[in-house]
Amino acid sequence: MLKIKDLTAIVGHTPILKGVNLDINRGDIHAIMGPNGAGKSTLAKILAGHPAYEVTGGEVWFKGQNLLELEPENRARLGLFMSFQYPVEIPGVSNAQFLHTALNAKRKGNGQSELTDAEFAQLLEKKRKVMEIRPEFTARNVNENFSGGEKKRNEILQMAILHPDLAVLDETDSGLDIDAMRIVAHGVNQLMNAEMGLLLITHYQRLLDYIRPHFVHVMINGKIVQSGGPELALEVENRGYDWLIPSLTTEGKA
Amino acid sequence: MTAELALFSDYKYGFFTDVETDSLPQGLNEEMIRAISAKKEEPDFLLAFRLKAYEKWLHSTEPLWANVNYPPIDYQKMTYYSAPKKKPVLNGLSEVDPEVLRTFERLGIPLEEQKRLSNVAVDMIFDSVSIGTTFKKKLEEAGVVLCSISEAMHTHSDLVKKYLGSVVPIGDNFFATLNSAVFSDGSFVYIPKGVHCPMELSTYFRINDRESGQFERTLVIAEEGSYVSYLEGCTAPAYDTHQLHAAVVELIALDHAQIKYATVQNWYSGNPKTGEGGIYNFVTKRGRCAGIHSKISWTQVEVGAAITWKYPSCILQGDHSVGEFYSVALTNGQMQADTGTKMIHLGKNTRSTIISKGIAADLSKNSYRGLVKIAPRARGARNYTQCDSMLIGDACSANTFPTIEVGNASSQVEHEASTSKMNEEQLFYFQSRGISKEEAVNMIVNGFCKEVIKELPLEFAREAQALLSIKLENSVG
Repeated sequence: MLKIKDLTAIVGHTPILKGVNLDINRGDIHAIMGPNGAGKSTLAKILAGHPAYEVTGGEVWFKGQNLLELEPENRARLGLFMSFQYPVEIPGVSNAQFLHTALNAKRKGNGQSELTDAEFAQLLEKKRKVMEIRPEFTARNVNENFSGGEKKRNEILQMAILHPDLAVLDETDSGLDIDAMRIVAHGVNQLMNAEMGLLLITHYQRLLDYIRPHFVHVMINGKIVQSGGPELALEVENRGYDWLIPSLTTEGKA
Repeated sequence: MTAELALFSDYKYGFFTDVETDSLPQGLNEEMIRAISAKKEEPDFLLAFRLKAYEKWLHSTEPLWANVNYPPIDYQKMTYYSAPKKKPVLNGLSEVDPEVLRTFERLGIPLEEQKRLSNVAVDMIFDSVSIGTTFKKKLEEAGVVLCSISEAMHTHSDLVKKYLGSVVPIGDNFFATLNSAVFSDGSFVYIPKGVHCPMELSTYFRINDRESGQFERTLVIAEEGSYVSYLEGCTAPAYDTHQLHAAVVELIALDHAQIKYATVQNWYSGNPKTGEGGIYNFVTKRGRCAGIHSKISWTQVEVGAAITWKYPSCILQGDHSVGEFYSVALTNGQMQADTGTKMIHLGKNTRSTIISKGIAADLSKNSYRGLVKIAPRARGARNYTQCDSMLIGDACSANTFPTIEVGNASSQVEHEASTSKMNEEQLFYFQSRGISKEEAVNMIVNGFCKEVIKELPLEFAREAQALLSIKLENSVG
């Protein structure tokens, strides 16, 4: 469903991604781990189409379409979802209004009928309960004065409403206490199904205790340096990233 | 297209209408003022009013404290009277110059009664002259007067004499004084005791002539226990020269009366690249809550004019009277706005609310300037002020200049202010959820302004929202 080939990217003049390759199929859960500054979040943002990053080479195909040619909103309508590490506050726009507009934009883009206020309210109510989100949440402005945990839960609520084919969760566990993480992970597990792909981006192994990946990749200095099964995450947890770095430094000198 | 829409689309009102005009030559002197008065066949008290104002104007100086820049204005190079030659008769629009009628049609203001706006009575001012008023009959039945001030001078001269200059005195400020000397026309509204005006009243202002300044004078009188909601809209052709618009609006609310006054100002704002042309909007608007428990609300959506200098204010004289100011000022291109309000608390337990939303984009300058003054005798007075600014891009500026003077210990004043920036991250957040950038700007701006927009009459609120996003279409990414 997602195919990343030799992807390179810069921000300003600084190379961040230096040739990333990754395939994600429906039903797969992938995790990308790596130290700070490895380029993990950059990869997520490039997939979503963030304007601050410039792709300098490589290809990304999503559901048979050249993802890099699409505007960010069209990527979302096609079924890509990225959960933000730092969700943005939008004063004056309510959660419900935001979600309703987003869902209808997606439905319209896919030739489906738009949901009426009543239909949407019903859907929102259902998903809200699954995510264990308080009812007053939906009337509040998007992320405004939300705690870190509330923001992350709100991201997962958006994912539940938008029902993506591929969800990229960027450091969803950062800043969460263990209870909040459990709720978020529970929400994600509820949404995951055989038709969907999931890409978890995380610094720690912790989240992977709650959402079990099928594949684990380690990214260092803009490249995936090691791939494996869930056992790789445990190894990283025990040994850190240092043992993976030398191969990279050698390569860097070449 | 409805009348509302005309005010609110992208600037397609920049056209000029070729009509035969009856104009006085350029320049300002006593003779000119006598000529204006004579053309309008005014009662003597008005000529005296004008001459007194002219005398004061000669000795007053142009205010330079506002946070705006413009080259000196040559007041002798301006025309102070210009009117379409074919004058309408008072009881019908059939004799109006067809070109003028077509202008209003193009602006989306249907003058023919059968096409009229549902439940909004409109008075049209073309350059300096009132073209006509719709719904006269229905208003008359309710005892409500909506007519041009030129007409009111004759039909309601006692009221005009009593109230003209009673809120904005003859020598109030440079521009108001100039207006008092040369004002040509404007709207007059009178709501009798106990009458709840059966419909929205509205005036549509159109500047057409290249050289003429526009100096309208609006007077709204709400008698005891009455209610009126009034809306004005403004457009002008796109000329490469500046036109001066120096209007005066006076509102009087007696005991338990309520006046809601809304403005949607979309004058031509000049060339956004060169800054050439556009209206200088130097306006004095003030209301007097003369009676106990009276209330005056100003709502303004200011999205046009090269320079705006405007502070719709309330004098809260009656005990328990209430003043409100809700404002959205949007500047883009090279526009400059210095706008805000004055709330003068004189009566006991008077209350005022100020909600100001400034949006600055491109190279524009947007300032809020406000005064909250609580007199020593205004015991128990309260004010709440909220001033929010939103910046779009890096080259614009937003400023806040609040002044608070509290003269007693039993009053309460609250002031909140914020500045935010509409940024790439916000827009990307919307886009990443499938919402286009245009729709995102629309939602952010209207979210930012919603406390003000909800104060507009319902039929105008939606259009005002559309106008805000259209204005910003080229300013965001």
